[in-house]
Amino acid sequence: MIGELGHAALILTLMLALMGATVPHWAIARGDARWMAQGRALAVAQFLLVVTAFAALTEAFIVSDFSLRVVAANSHTLKPLLYKITGVWGNHEGSLLLWVLILTLFSALVAVFGANLPTRLRTRVLAVQSALVVGFLLFILLTSNPFERLAVAPLEGNGLNPLLQDIGLALHPPMLYLGYVGLSIAFSFAVAALIDGDVTPAWARWVRPWTLLAWLFLTGGIALGAGWAYYELGWGGWWFWDPVENASFMPWLAATALLHSAIVMEKRDALKSWTVLLALVAFAFSLLGTFLVRSGVLTSVHAFATDPERGLFILAFLALVIGGSLILYGMRAEALAPGGLFQTVSREGALVLNNILLASYVGAVLLGTLYPLILEAVNGDQISVGPPFFNFATTLLMMPLLVALMAGPLLSWKRAKLGRALAVLAPFVVTALLIAGLLFWARAGGAVMTLVGLALGFGLLAAVIGETRPAQGRWLKALARRRRAQWGMTLAHGGLAVLVLGITISEAWTTEVLTTLSEGEGVAVGPYRFELVEIAPKAGKNYSAVAAHIRVMEEGAVVADLWPEDRSYANPVTQTSEAGIAARAQSDLYAVIGEQVADGRWSVRLYNKPFVAGLWWGAALMVLGGLVSLSDRRLRVAAPARPKKPAAQPQGAVS
Amino acid sequence: MAGLRARKRQRLLVVSVSLAAFILAVLTALLALGGDSLSLFLQPSDVSARVAAGDLKAGDRIRLGGLVAPGSVTREDVVTQFVITDCAATVTVRYAGLLPDLFKEGQGVVTEGIWQDGGAFTASSVLAKHDENYAPPGTLPDNPEACTHPESTYP
Repeated sequence: MIGELGHAALILTLMLALMGATVPHWAIARGDARWMAQGRALAVAQFLLVVTAFAALTEAFIVSDFSLRVVAANSHTLKPLLYKITGVWGNHEGSLLLWVLILTLFSALVAVFGANLPTRLRTRVLAVQSALVVGFLLFILLTSNPFERLAVAPLEGNGLNPLLQDIGLALHPPMLYLGYVGLSIAFSFAVAALIDGDVTPAWARWVRPWTLLAWLFLTGGIALGAGWAYYELGWGGWWFWDPVENASFMPWLAATALLHSAIVMEKRDALKSWTVLLALVAFAFSLLGTFLVRSGVLTSVHAFATDPERGLFILAFLALVIGGSLILYGMRAEALAPGGLFQTVSREGALVLNNILLASYVGAVLLGTLYPLILEAVNGDQISVGPPFFNFATTLLMMPLLVALMAGPLLSWKRAKLGRALAVLAPFVVTALLIAGLLFWARAGGAVMTLVGLALGFGLLAAVIGETRPAQGRWLKALARRRRAQWGMTLAHGGLAVLVLGITISEAWTTEVLTTLSEGEGVAVGPYRFELVEIAPKAGKNYSAVAAHIRVMEEGAVVADLWPEDRSYANPVTQTSEAGIAARAQSDLYAVIGEQVADGRWSVRLYNKPFVAGLWWGAALMVLGGLVSLSDRRLRVAAPARPKKPAAQPQGAVS
Repeated sequence: MAGLRARKRQRLLVVSVSLAAFILAVLTALLALGGDSLSLFLQPSDVSARVAAGDLKAGDRIRLGGLVAPGSVTREDVVTQFVITDCAATVTVRYAGLLPDLFKEGQGVVTEGIWQDGGAFTASSVLAKHDENYAPPGTLPDNPEACTHPESTYP
C-alpha cells in the first residue's frame, strides 16, 4: 500500500512537472503574472511529492517489504538499520529517485529563496527545472520503477553488497548528487537567460552562489569518495582514474572554471558567452557522468547495471538536453555582446588563463575517458586508458595553472603590472622554495617531479599567505578588514596548495611491503616496524571475520595498533577486507591482511604513507573556503546587493 | 576605433592561447596514448590467436579477462598462480599481491599486466567482479555453458 502511495506520488509529480515546464512560458508570453507566480507553488509541490515517494521507499527498506523488487534484490532483514536506510540509494532505482529528490529540492530552494530574482527570470528557471524533472521521472517510471512489485514476495532479500555496507554510502552519494544536481540550477539560469536573450552582469551574480553551493558539495562528495576508496578497498590508493571518478571530476573542473569566469562577468561584463557556455557544459558533464554510471558502457567498479534499454534512454535524454541547449546557445550567442576590455596582464587575463587551462584539462580527461568507447566503435578493439595518460595530462596542464595562481590574485583589474605582483611575492615564494629544497634534500631526493610538486605546493601556500599582506599599513589590520569572499578565495587556494603537497608527498615517499607473517613476527616498513601480535576469529552482526592485531613500533616505542580484518558476509556471500589504518598528520600507517598461506602464515600488505592527511585537509579547506565565501553578504542567495563599497580596500587585494 | 582594434587584438590573443593549450593537450594525449597508457582488452582465445599470428610479443601490456578456472588457484608465499579461461582457451596468470575480496574460482576477473616470453602472463593488478548485477565487459565468455558442462575440457 505504501509502495503504491510512492508510485502515485511520482506519477503526480510527473503531471505537475509537465505543467510546470510548459505553463510558465505561456504565461510569460501572455504577460499573465498570476500564472507566472504558479511556477513557485508547482516547484514546492513537486518537491513535497518526491519527498513522499522517497519516504515510502525508505519505509519499505526499513520494514523489509520484500514484495518490492528493489528491496528484495538489495536488502536483508539482518542488515543494521543504518544500512537498510542507506541501501535505499545503494541501487540503480533508488539512486535515481535520490537524484530527482535533490533536483526538486533545488527547484524548491530557488522558488523559496529566489525572491530577489526578476520574476521573469525566476519563472523561466523553474520551468527549465521542471522540464529536467520530467525527463528523469519518465526515465524512472518507464525503465527503473523503484515501486515495482513482485508477484511472489520472497521470505528473505538478497542483501546489500558488503562493500556498500559502510558509513561511506551514507555520505558520499548524497553529497555528490547535491553537487551534480546543483549544477542544474546554473544550467537552468543559462537556458532561461538564453531564451530571453538577456545576459547581464547581474545574471552572473545570481548564478554564482548556486554554482558555489553545487561546487562545494561536489568537492566534498569527491573527497568523501576518495576517502572511502582509500579505507574500504584496501589498495592504499584514493584515486584510480576510473571512468566514473572522471565522470565526477569533469563537472567539478567545469564548475571551477565557471566560478572563476562568472567573477569576470560580474565585475567587468566580459566573457559573457563563455560563462553561459560553461554553465551549460558543467551540467552536461553531470548528465554524462550519470550516463556513464547507469549505462554500464565502461568497465568500472561503480557501474550498477548493464541494461541497453536504460543506456539508450539516458543517451537520448543526454542528446536532447545537451543538443537542445547548445542549439539555443548557437542561436543566441551573437546577442551576447562582449563588454569590458582588459589587457593581457590583468586580473581578467589571469582568470582567462585559468579557464583556458581548466577547459583544456577537461578536454584531456574527457578524451581519455571516452577513447576506449570511440576506439571500440571504430575498429572493435577493446582497450583501456591507464593512469599514466591522466597523470601526464594533469602534470602538464596543472603546473602552469599553479604557477599562474600564485600571481593571479595580486593582479588588478583591467591592467596590471606583473613586476609589482612579483615584488610582493618574491620573499614568500623564495622562502617556500628553500623549504621545498631542504625537505627534498632531507628525504634524500627522489624524482625531479617530486621536487617540482613540493616547490609548487609550498610556493602556492606562501603566495596565498603573501597575497593577504597589504602594500602599506599593518598586516593584522588588513586581515581584519578582508571581506568574507576574499577569505573564501584564500582558504580555497590554500586548500589547493595543501592538496598538491599531500598528493606529491604521499605519492613520492610511500613505502609498501608485501609479505607473509606469522604471529609474533615483524617486518620493517620505512622507519617503522610492523609486528603481527595476534590473529583471531571474530563475529560481527551480519558477518564473521578474521581479525588481526598489528602493532607498529618506532625505535622500540609503540606508535600505533592496527586492527585489519578479513570479513565474510553470508548475504550475499562475499569477502571484504577492512584495512587497519592509523591516520596521523605526518603519515598514515596502513595494514591489510589477505589469505592464510600454509602453516599459519598470513599474507599482509603494509604501508607507511606520509602526509595522506594533506588530501583531506586540502579538500576540507576548499569546502570551508566555499562556505565562507557563500556567507558573504554580497553573494548570499537571497540578500539584495549592497551598492556601497567598503571604505578602504587593501591595495592589490581588490576582488 | 581604437577600442575596436583593441577588442580584436584581445580576441585574437585569447583565441590563439586557447588553441595552443588545446593543441598541446591533444598532442600530449596522442603522445601518451601511444605509450604504456593503453592496454588491449583480450580474452584467452584472442591471446592464442594473437600469439599464433605473432601480434603479441613479450613486454606488451594487455588486459586479460575471463573466468578463474576452478581448482587452478595455487599460492606460494605472496605469489598466486591461477588459470583464466574463456571456455575455449586458457592462460596461466602469476600475480604477486593480495587478491581482491571478490576474487573466487569460477568468477569473472580482469587482470592487467605484461605478456612474457614463453606464454606466461604476469599481472600487476587483478580486478574482480563488483556486484551481483554487474560483470565487467569482457569477463564473460562467449559460451559460458561450455565451462559448466560436465564433459567440458577443463585444464
